[in-house]
Amino acid sequence: MNVCITAQGKDLDCMVDPRFGRCQYFIIADTDSLEFEVVVNPNMDTTGGAGIQSGQLMAEKQVKAVLTGNVGPNAFQTLKAAGIEIITGVSGNIKEAIEKYKNNGFKITDSPSVDSHFGTK
Amino acid sequence: MIISVASGKGGTGKTTVAVNLALSLNNVQFLDCDVEEPNAHIFLKPIIEKEEKAYILVPEVDEAKCNYCGKCRQVCAYNAFAVLPPQNNKKGSILVFTDLCHGCGACSFFCEQQAITEVKHKIGIVESGYVGSMRFVQGKLDIGQAMAPPLIRQVKEAIDYGKTVIIDAPPGTSCPVVSAVKGSDFCLLVTEPTPFGLNDLVLAVEVLRKLRIPFGVVINRADLGDNKTEEYCAAEKIPILMRIPFKREIAEAYSQGKVMVEVFPDYKKRFIDLFEKIQRIEQE
Repeated sequence: MNVCITAQGKDLDCMVDPRFGRCQYFIIADTDSLEFEVVVNPNMDTTGGAGIQSGQLMAEKQVKAVLTGNVGPNAFQTLKAAGIEIITGVSGNIKEAIEKYKNNGFKITDSPSVDSHFGTK
Repeated sequence: MIISVASGKGGTGKTTVAVNLALSLNNVQFLDCDVEEPNAHIFLKPIIEKEEKAYILVPEVDEAKCNYCGKCRQVCAYNAFAVLPPQNNKKGSILVFTDLCHGCGACSFFCEQQAITEVKHKIGIVESGYVGSMRFVQGKLDIGQAMAPPLIRQVKEAIDYGKTVIIDAPPGTSCPVVSAVKGSDFCLLVTEPTPFGLNDLVLAVEVLRKLRIPFGVVINRADLGDNKTEEYCAAEKIPILMRIPFKREIAEAYSQGKVMVEVFPDYKKRFIDLFEKIQRIEQE
């Protein structure tokens, strides 16, 4: 099962990026084998709509869940429409986050955790 | 002649200069293009005769016709679409984020399924009226709306080329400012002699040079701060057309919604003088 974790680096030992739409990298990992793909976020420096387009990317990658620090209202709406689980408040390194997810240690978020433009600040 | 009054930094005295200049001249039309917070009306106290709603056209998608090809999303320069094709027995969906839409119409133009129609989305109002013999127009952007430029363009549709048109522009150097000053014959940049004032003046000068609009500077609170603004203008050969001193009496009048040319009648001559200087530069 593939989940996406927003990351500040390109491997499983780096830290979770607290932003979703404008994170540096998306790490798309298989929760069982821990095999992963790194996607450089193409929306990092877009002027507007980063959350929407990052949400679209998650739908294209067919991930089951997104693990990140925060999601804004537009990203939230897009991910929800795509049927992707949204988990916010995730911090620490990527490996720990995947482990905690596998052990049902997170609660699925039912509302946006920040306002629009959080990632631009 | 169209004279716009702009500034890089906010709060330097754009509206003060625009209002007093307008009140000192004859055959004037005043346009408040600072549609996010128009305030010239506080000083001019116009009689409003007409109110028109302002719209932009935004896409509405008929999902029965949509095949989730994603063309609309590709052509949208403002990322206003998410197109989620059907997958794993889940039906597709298309999301339109109206707040990001600039109303360009590319999505409906390129939609091969003809699933997109453009519908009116209200963004604000344009009010027009008069102050004595002066014509007055202002735009008011609705609360929560982010798209000032289309409303500014609608305010400017009212321009009467037979009059001296004074445009009160928004502060800054972004799209709303460009929309407001574009097409002016001359632009007055109001600044103050502080590091912030100078920093933002330099940015505003870059914008006006790019737009090829002749301009000059008015230094407000000219006896405060430092000499750097004067030095910058001299080095860049930018004319300083007026200096307004920092005076408690001016601030007091302002805070009561009174205009300088009425409280201090001597200023009327100085604003006429300013206008004549602009005319001379414009004719060169």
